[in-house]
Amino acid sequence: MNRYPLWKNIFIVVVLCWGLLYALPNLLGQAPAVQVSSAKATLEMDPVADSKRIADALAAAGIEHRDIFSDATGVRVRFADFETQSRGRDVIEKAFNPDKQDASYTVALNLLSNSPQWLTKLRALPMYLGLDLRGGVHFLLEVDMPGAITHRLEAVAGDLRGQLRDKNVRANIAREGNTVVLRFRDAAQRAAARGVIQSFNKDLQLVERDGGSDDFRLIASLSLQAQQTIREFAIKQNINTLHNRINELGVAEPVIQQQGADRIVVQLPGIQDVTVAKEILGRTATLELRMVEGSPGDQRARDVAAGRAQAPYGTELYIERLRSGHAKAGQAENANDIIGIPLLLNKQIELTGENLTDAQPGFDENSQPAVHLNLDSAGTRKFRELTRQNVGRNMAILLVEKGKGEVVTAPVIRTEIGGGRVQISGSMSTAEANKTALLLRAGALAAPMEIIEERTVGPSLGADNISKGFHSTLWGFVAIAVFMTVYYMLFGLVSSVALSFNLVLLVALLSLLQATLTLPGIAAMALTLGMAIDSNVLINERIREELRNGCTPQMAITAGYERAWNTILDSNVTTLIAGIALLIFGSGPIRGFAVVHCLGILTSMFSAILVSRMVINFIYGRRRKLDALSIGQIWKPDNN
Amino acid sequence: MEFFRIKKDIPFMRHALVFNVISLLTFVVAVVFIAFRGLNLSVEFTGGTLVEVSYAETVPLEPLRQTLANAGYPDAQVQNFGSTRDVLIRLPNRDDTETSKVGEWVKATLKKIEGSEATVRRVEFVGPQVGKELASDGAMALLLVIVGIVVYLTLRFEWRFAVSIIIANLHDCVIILGFFACFQWEFSLSVLAAVMAVLGYSVNESVVVFDRVRETFRKRRDMKTPEVINHAITSTISRTIITHASTQAMVLSMLLFGGETLHYFALALTIGICFGIYSSVLVASPLVMWLGVSREQFAKVKVQKQEAVV
Repeated sequence: MNRYPLWKNIFIVVVLCWGLLYALPNLLGQAPAVQVSSAKATLEMDPVADSKRIADALAAAGIEHRDIFSDATGVRVRFADFETQSRGRDVIEKAFNPDKQDASYTVALNLLSNSPQWLTKLRALPMYLGLDLRGGVHFLLEVDMPGAITHRLEAVAGDLRGQLRDKNVRANIAREGNTVVLRFRDAAQRAAARGVIQSFNKDLQLVERDGGSDDFRLIASLSLQAQQTIREFAIKQNINTLHNRINELGVAEPVIQQQGADRIVVQLPGIQDVTVAKEILGRTATLELRMVEGSPGDQRARDVAAGRAQAPYGTELYIERLRSGHAKAGQAENANDIIGIPLLLNKQIELTGENLTDAQPGFDENSQPAVHLNLDSAGTRKFRELTRQNVGRNMAILLVEKGKGEVVTAPVIRTEIGGGRVQISGSMSTAEANKTALLLRAGALAAPMEIIEERTVGPSLGADNISKGFHSTLWGFVAIAVFMTVYYMLFGLVSSVALSFNLVLLVALLSLLQATLTLPGIAAMALTLGMAIDSNVLINERIREELRNGCTPQMAITAGYERAWNTILDSNVTTLIAGIALLIFGSGPIRGFAVVHCLGILTSMFSAILVSRMVINFIYGRRRKLDALSIGQIWKPDNN
Repeated sequence: MEFFRIKKDIPFMRHALVFNVISLLTFVVAVVFIAFRGLNLSVEFTGGTLVEVSYAETVPLEPLRQTLANAGYPDAQVQNFGSTRDVLIRLPNRDDTETSKVGEWVKATLKKIEGSEATVRRVEFVGPQVGKELASDGAMALLLVIVGIVVYLTLRFEWRFAVSIIIANLHDCVIILGFFACFQWEFSLSVLAAVMAVLGYSVNESVVVFDRVRETFRKRRDMKTPEVINHAITSTISRTIITHASTQAMVLSMLLFGGETLHYFALALTIGICFGIYSSVLVASPLVMWLGVSREQFAKVKVQKQEAVV
């Protein structure tokens, strides 16, 4: 008797149903869509009104769409095909961003799952298609870490000059390689300098070295920990900056990830124009510090903003972005109305981001959220001068990108500020302090980056790749299934069914992990299927052998499955070892291949052994009198 | 249907030396090719720029080459890719130009050529930093596979099995590389993945045979070592051929329908599968025999138990 206990049958059936459910979205496919989301922190999407706006715009242009719905990220419209999608995008873009230079919304091309809502709620989503299948641009950027450290050391050298001058210690300071070398006249000066430096700079390591009788040197270097911090900071910083910029490109699902210690992968699906993408990635934002004429939001500024007056000579009008807390109160009905506080800024630039060495969120003495800025020595001097002359006035910090400035903050100067440590505080939340610090750093600190790998895949090539991958898997599978059925009859058919469940489970598992499917991934899937049939061949051959040796059919089934198990385990473990090695050391396409390969080995063990056995049990297991198995002809050698 | 109607065990081991000599010769030839012709490494390893363009109709390659040479790239490789309408252009990295801009430069240059309009299907640029890492990562992966498999097989079987399996299958990989060097096929990352997959797959093959060797040692006390091995190979030969045929069916389908991108991947697998059968069965088995495998290594435990009972 070959029967599985009830719990085992239920378990297998549940797993199979789960597999079918989660593999289903891939079958239903994805529809081209356009996604509209807010490009500004101050602007919130209104699902109902914005949906209507999209529908009206599309109706006016005579473009058909399938449906509109909204979620946390914005409003999305589905289209029937790619052609209407791109026309629809242009129409929506025009309706939402009349001024292209000042886009308030991000309008992006996207792919949306066709599966019904309840499937999506179960988190049953289709696999994410890799760039080689959907078209787009891939960049690998390397952050110039030595550059970041040198930059920092230059700043340190500047700081030390200022600190020692303040304390009347004479020294000749220069950056040499990865150190800052200070030369003194005598040992006393050096000792004094040492005390000063240690009290101000916690992350510097100091070594004394004498060159000759009148050459007293102090060598300062960054501690390993400090260097590590700089590296981590630089990469985090650059990733943040990239995020901000890519939002502007209107890419629906960009991938921006750290790879290794100093690299960043950027993938922009759907983007075809590499030149624009590179231009935006490579752009540097700069910081400017300028004085405010009058006070922010005074009558004169408001008149200029409303167009009732000209900006006075030598000044420019800017709008300070309202912080989220105030946004509701100031929100105007019409998008063209001003939201924010108008300011008149002096055209003269007092300080630039060059002089900023760091910006960190923190708290002021009253435990209010604040942003702490560090200036280098030249900046410190200029800043002290500026603040002494302008106590009581407002200064504005601008972030300039693409030649367009945006006022990050415009605080009042309360006292003269020396020492190069500036604190901006006021009515801001912790989140705002974080964001402001980030914006300031984004302009000032991003270490230079270089593109070290680039891949562009056109959309037609992507579609080609999908169909090629699909066809090679399909025909290979058909060939195997036909052969197995002809050679092993019913047992071969059962093996083919098990193999197809293997595919279903593999797809379900990959969808659940939201793995990225690439062409090598599809190849791995095909190869895994080709190899997975081995387990069933082993089992079927073993059953034939047992029958040949004179076992009864029921015994042959039991013995065949049991004896084949050891072999299947050993052979799969060794294959898995190769897969795992690829997974650990592979990158890019190899990794995709390895993930599919490893998961495929696991699912094949399940389906080849448990699923096929369950079906065989179901067919033969209950029959008490079983004369023959449908496993093809058993040839017995004549015993002489 | 039953293809394999074998009455007696085939005396494979009688010809063990012949198999190994053939195998050794192939191996040496492969090494010679790798050493003297070298691998035709893809852009992923060497760094450089690769542009695939597609035209509406067949284009002659010579004008393209000429245009690129005139524009300052005499060392540009221009070749058809898949069909006569698709062209693949490969440019090496240079120190003097800003390498990441070459892709756009090619696009602009091609636009200047009179005649049919070219559409760029893909552009790949790889900086010089990346290639070296790939090579060292590949070597590390290979090392990990070897150590992992040897350790696992030593634990499950016996060190003699582990050593002969690894030798037999590494030589498969070298032969694949030899083919790629001989015909100057492009060796890309996906081919590397195929080589590693073949390694795992061929080991799998040897394991099936050795599993049967172990079983036969335990069951049949009347057989000598060569007979045991002959019996094991003969009784698994049906499975060996059917499994490989099935896998090859899938690979063939990739070769036929997978297009250019999967072409060399499938080709590497084909070679790997063909040589895999040979080496994992006919090379690994003699090796294990010469290393001195014997019944005692597997039957020891049982014998001791029986004595204890007595």
